[in-house]
Amino acid sequence: MSAEPLKTPLHAWHLEHGARMTPFAGYDMPVNYPGGIIAEHKQCRTAAALFDVSHMGQLRLAGDDAAAALETLMPVDVLGLAVGQQRYGFFTDASGGILDDLMITRAEHGLLLVVNAGRKADDTKHLVTNIGHRCQVQPMPEHALLALQGPLAATALGRLNAGVTRLVFMSGGAFKLDGIDAFVTRSGYTGEDGFEISVPADAAVALARALAAQPEVKPAGLGARDTLRLEAGLCLYGHDIDTRTSPIHAGLAWAIQKVRRPGGERAGRYPGAAAIEKQLVQGVTHKRVGLVGLERVPVREGAKLQDGRGHKLGTVTSGTIGPSIDKPIAMAYLSAEHALAQHEVWAEVRGTTVPMRVTPMPFVPHRYHRG
Amino acid sequence: MTTMFTPDHEWINIEDHDAAVVGITLHAQEALGDVVFVELPAVGKTFKRGEIAGVVESVKAAADLFMPVGGEVVEVNEALRADPSLANTDPMGNGWFFKLRVSDMAEFEQLMDPPGYDALLKTL
Repeated sequence: MSAEPLKTPLHAWHLEHGARMTPFAGYDMPVNYPGGIIAEHKQCRTAAALFDVSHMGQLRLAGDDAAAALETLMPVDVLGLAVGQQRYGFFTDASGGILDDLMITRAEHGLLLVVNAGRKADDTKHLVTNIGHRCQVQPMPEHALLALQGPLAATALGRLNAGVTRLVFMSGGAFKLDGIDAFVTRSGYTGEDGFEISVPADAAVALARALAAQPEVKPAGLGARDTLRLEAGLCLYGHDIDTRTSPIHAGLAWAIQKVRRPGGERAGRYPGAAAIEKQLVQGVTHKRVGLVGLERVPVREGAKLQDGRGHKLGTVTSGTIGPSIDKPIAMAYLSAEHALAQHEVWAEVRGTTVPMRVTPMPFVPHRYHRG
Repeated sequence: MTTMFTPDHEWINIEDHDAAVVGITLHAQEALGDVVFVELPAVGKTFKRGEIAGVVESVKAAADLFMPVGGEVVEVNEALRADPSLANTDPMGNGWFFKLRVSDMAEFEQLMDPPGYDALLKTL
């Protein structure tokens, strides 16, 4: 990582709001504001929280062949997306591992992708190398990305443009927000209703000010974003998923549509199809699970898991005390025979073990606006 | 001076040599963020200076609690165990961690006095 961290267009705005900053994926990003992570987490669960996620990679794929081309890199139905429709997906490698996960929206002028900050350089290269001959791959570094999340997000954003309230979960479109040209999707990474808003970098501060001026809204940092997504059971790339985990290990088979599965009209023809198809049929030896701690001890990434007799079963990939559920929660990979709801496992923490129970995710119910 | 500070951002108050009080500083709690869990040492256990005596965990991270001076633990703060957020709201008071019978007062004298600790904070 270079010595000088990158700054998002909202960097000065964060400092103005008293943010504690930390290096993240090469950027200097806010962990939390003076209220602290727990207050920001609860703000998002009860009202609305404003996040700067401009560090994430935004790309446009232009050209008539873009959707078909993108399908060669992922087991996802991209051609089937109607204009305004959004879908979750992942780039796979030749062994079926996950290179990155992303959001794909079909806009009038092409496909809009949002990829992870730490993966955007590699993703861009991957796209240009493999499908650059079939469509134009246009990184959008001149765009900021804001997320407004929470049960009152629609009330707050609706004051800037009532049209956004007609969007349903996983759809999007172009809107003017206080005169600013924005592309808004009804989606997010918190389990709550909410929006992700792409705007030109030079309009980001004006939009952040307009949103933060709404009575429902307070800023929130990456700390709360992480506890919110973990309670919502959503994977964090590089922790809960990576090239060593396939979508099947990760419990993401739901994101592989029927049309891309064996017997489907556009089955296979993506990297790792043979491995993933075999896993779909035969199952996998280890799976991602949710765990709830039975004692009030946080169990964190890297903690080893064992059965009642000390046999190794797997490893925790994310963990904290969930501020809403108010219990230790974690994601982990476990041997398939233990990856069943209500099974008890023991996590090694500082030379002792603490009991945890396999629990279906999300830990906190999703509250998306499905219309 | 009855309160001294360590480079690990802990304080120790020695008004009572047989029950010196140990906690984390205002700076430490700010850096940690919302404290959600503490692991306290066993009463009766003796530690050397610098040994790990417990753990303080925020939503984000876990940090070791080091023994500021050698001694025997004589009491732990059960109120803090029950409500770890006391370490945030009152770190120098009700958010104390444990009390200690100090083995060697010379170790206490080697810690930072309040102006020394303030000077350290200015370098961060």
